[in-house]
Amino acid sequence: MSRVHVTCTVNGDETEFLCDGGQTLLNALRDELGLTGAKEGCGTGDCGSCSVIIDGRLTCSCLVLAPEAQGAAVLTVEGLASGDDLHPLQQSFLEGAALQCGVCTPGILMAAAALLDRNPDPTETEVRYGLAGNLCRCTGYDKIVRSVLAAADSQRTTSQRTNTEETA
Amino acid sequence: MTVTESRPESSSEPPAARPRYRFVGTRPVRHDGLDKVTGRARFAADCDLPGQLAGCVVRSPHAHARIISIDTGEAEAMPGVKAVISGGDFPAVAPGDPNYDMGVNLMARDRVLYEGHAVAAVAALTTDQARAAAAAVRVEYEPLPPVLTIDAALDPAVGAIHAHMFTSGADPAPTEPSNVSQLTNFARGDTEAGFAAADVVIEREFTTQPVHQGYIEPHAVTADASQDGKATVWCSSQGHFNVRAQTAAMLGWETARIKVVPAEIGGGFGGKTTIYLEPLAVLLSAKAGRPVKMVMTRSEVFRATGPAPGSKFRVKLGARSDGTLTAGKAQMAYSSGVFPSYAAFLGAWTVFESYDIADFEVEARNVVLNTPRSAAYRAPSAPMSALATETVVDELAQALGIDPIEMRLRNAVSEGAINTLGAPFPRVGFTECLEAIRDHPHYGAPLGPNQGRGVAAGHWFNIGESSSATVNLNEDGTATVVTGSPDIGGSRASMALMAAEELGIDVYDITPVVGDTESVGFTDITEGSRATFATGMAVVEACRRVVADLRGRAAKMMGVDVSEVDWADGSAVHAGGEHDPLPLAAITAEAKKTGGPITVTGSLDAKGVGPSFAVHLCDVEVDPETGVVQVVRYTAAQDAGTAIHPSYVEGQIQGGAAQGIGWALNEEYIYDGDGVMENPGFLDYRVPVASDLPMIDAVIVEVPNPNHPYGVRGVGETSIIPPLAAVANAVAAATGRRIRDLPMSPVRVLDAIVNSGSDSTDSSSSNG
Ligand code: FES
Ligand code: FES
Repeated sequence: MSRVHVTCTVNGDETEFLCDGGQTLLNALRDELGLTGAKEGCGTGDCGSCSVIIDGRLTCSCLVLAPEAQGAAVLTVEGLASGDDLHPLQQSFLEGAALQCGVCTPGILMAAAALLDRNPDPTETEVRYGLAGNLCRCTGYDKIVRSVLAAADSQRTTSQRTNTEETA
Repeated sequence: MTVTESRPESSSEPPAARPRYRFVGTRPVRHDGLDKVTGRARFAADCDLPGQLAGCVVRSPHAHARIISIDTGEAEAMPGVKAVISGGDFPAVAPGDPNYDMGVNLMARDRVLYEGHAVAAVAALTTDQARAAAAAVRVEYEPLPPVLTIDAALDPAVGAIHAHMFTSGADPAPTEPSNVSQLTNFARGDTEAGFAAADVVIEREFTTQPVHQGYIEPHAVTADASQDGKATVWCSSQGHFNVRAQTAAMLGWETARIKVVPAEIGGGFGGKTTIYLEPLAVLLSAKAGRPVKMVMTRSEVFRATGPAPGSKFRVKLGARSDGTLTAGKAQMAYSSGVFPSYAAFLGAWTVFESYDIADFEVEARNVVLNTPRSAAYRAPSAPMSALATETVVDELAQALGIDPIEMRLRNAVSEGAINTLGAPFPRVGFTECLEAIRDHPHYGAPLGPNQGRGVAAGHWFNIGESSSATVNLNEDGTATVVTGSPDIGGSRASMALMAAEELGIDVYDITPVVGDTESVGFTDITEGSRATFATGMAVVEACRRVVADLRGRAAKMMGVDVSEVDWADGSAVHAGGEHDPLPLAAITAEAKKTGGPITVTGSLDAKGVGPSFAVHLCDVEVDPETGVVQVVRYTAAQDAGTAIHPSYVEGQIQGGAAQGIGWALNEEYIYDGDGVMENPGFLDYRVPVASDLPMIDAVIVEVPNPNHPYGVRGVGETSIIPPLAAVANAVAAATGRRIRDLPMSPVRVLDAIVNSGSDSTDSSSSNG
């Protein structure tokens, strides 16, 4: 079978890879690009551990064919931090002990990042529904939800400060 | 990284009696945290080797069938296929061999015993090729009738699955094989007299279905067998020394031929205390001469790896009008899948263990079915036994008009009470947990319409076993702490905290490492809530020897006798004060001159485990139109002994509670009439998601275990025991109906509401 050539942006970098037509984006990320942050917990769209953000939309990468990524901007957990600066969610997950085994963490971080992008000030219920596609079997979600709320808080405080500085 | 010491989400107060520690009890960001929030951490499926092949297992579509023939010819000729194996490639195992059950479970021999049972495996260049080849392995079956329910297994007219299985523990010894693998009896006192002395006696029946541990990381392994007859195995497990021993046993190899490198483990909960893929991958790799990677699909995880047993009980308890329990009687059956297990023994042990009951009789049967071999799941067997006991205790309290916490306080075991096995309880914190819940604002908070509140208790005895730890001091005064316990939920941080406390250096000057089977001493599985307890003890022992060594070296450097040198706050201190204190880094910098590198190993078989009790409080709201039960508030108090890292203790409490809530409300294996699992995926096997749950308020109770240097009890398992009954009692309070068959799915709840046959007063009798 001839391989498909795909050009897209992954974590801000122009990226090319070859894949099989039937290969999932999750497989391509992991096996062709060596980005193993996204995990395959089910392969059927039910656990969210493969979550990535494609052109701003939270997506189960196990349900997307790799060739569909042609021309798209893909963000994975490996691209969440900017250099040495962790994303506020990463920081709050560390401080809030929001992970035990950590296998769900990459997907949950991406789902939470997508949630905060569209709703910077979510309620607890909105966080719970925003993460309802992501299974975590270890934590009972308590510390995850608290950490997402804490990250939202710190993000708002930072952006308020930036806004004030800009207007001052 | 910063050390966060706030306790924002816990309502527990540090008890005044607790010694003050500098590090133990704080909440540093875990050492492996950064890797886990950036995607860097390597879990089992993230380990790849150059030139590796993809392996795939051929699984049985039948629950029970004779294998007439296996033809691998077509598969072997397919593109990319490098090796095919089946049962004949493994050492023969005879019924009765200690390796028989595991050997046959890994790869079927003459029969398949459950749907999903492995019959062959293939390695090929790509996953697609391996799957295509697996589909081309021709297996001819002669289907046999499957045994699928506990009732069928108990029926003597139903043929035995294993012709060699005679009920053990039965007296007289049976002469016919049966599907009852084992019988456990415990008795104390005069049960009939005990019931006669009761003012109220209640007897109830309960059933639960098998449930899966549901770890999010499927089983995965990469194996590389080399020409010298050795193999390296990368996999995630709860104990890599155990993987080594079992893999070697399954292959008939000497243990030393196998090295197991622990990957990060994406959840286990007991389910990764055994092996499924490792010997297959090693054998395929040896045959193909290349590394082989195998990853289970989620469907394989459900169909072929360890669910917790299903159960069926009849439990009877009697109480006097003052609430004192007088007698108990339990008839129990656990189904452990296709092979025997300790499930019934553990159930019999735990069913009445929390209460001081003078007279009791317990009879428990372990039965086998044509379903996957069960595996440990967090406090194995106790959630089901607690469902029964805690529901009946609740009903007794209701019948007697006694507050449910008060009822339990009157009967709670405490130090010196004799347990089911006849041994006295050490110091335990059951009463303290009950009081913590009674005094919690949740207990008296008002309830809304259609809401109800339930309380339930549970405990796990915990285990010790063998652990090793090596402490290496580095030239710059930092330390590496190597243990053999996989970190399944923050144990690296706990090890570092205890080492920091002992050595007196900062917790981030300690690098906690999980060593492979060739880099650290033997360590048993992370199970039985033992890692922080037992491996922690090994760390403490090693650190104490390091300190002794450091004192000796400091004495040399000071030119004084070692008896004049103490260790305080990370420095050697001269008792007379004539010499300046020597910080650890000053001693390690001079190590070459004082005797060479400082490295010490602590190895022990840990004794003195501390049982951990928990009491859970649950509010539910039941939709009377649909039967949907929503948990709206949840508080869980548990005795941790001492919480080394309170955040991860809370995490264990919260995680276990969530799993128990799933077990109570949604989760179950569903089979069709032929024994084919109908819900082998997360869509139909529904584990709780974030929107199903409220915050879970974890209240850490600390009644230190006197037998651990820091008072640790081990907290991993107890938290899953009370939720089944706590939710059931809450549903009963909300609806006035007792549901004793799990899960309490909407259909069942609605049926109970609409059909008032299942009320709370059947088969209770009053003596009085
Ligand atoms: S792996 Fe994609 S949703 Fe589970
Ligand atoms: S931390 Fe283990 S699954 Fe979420």
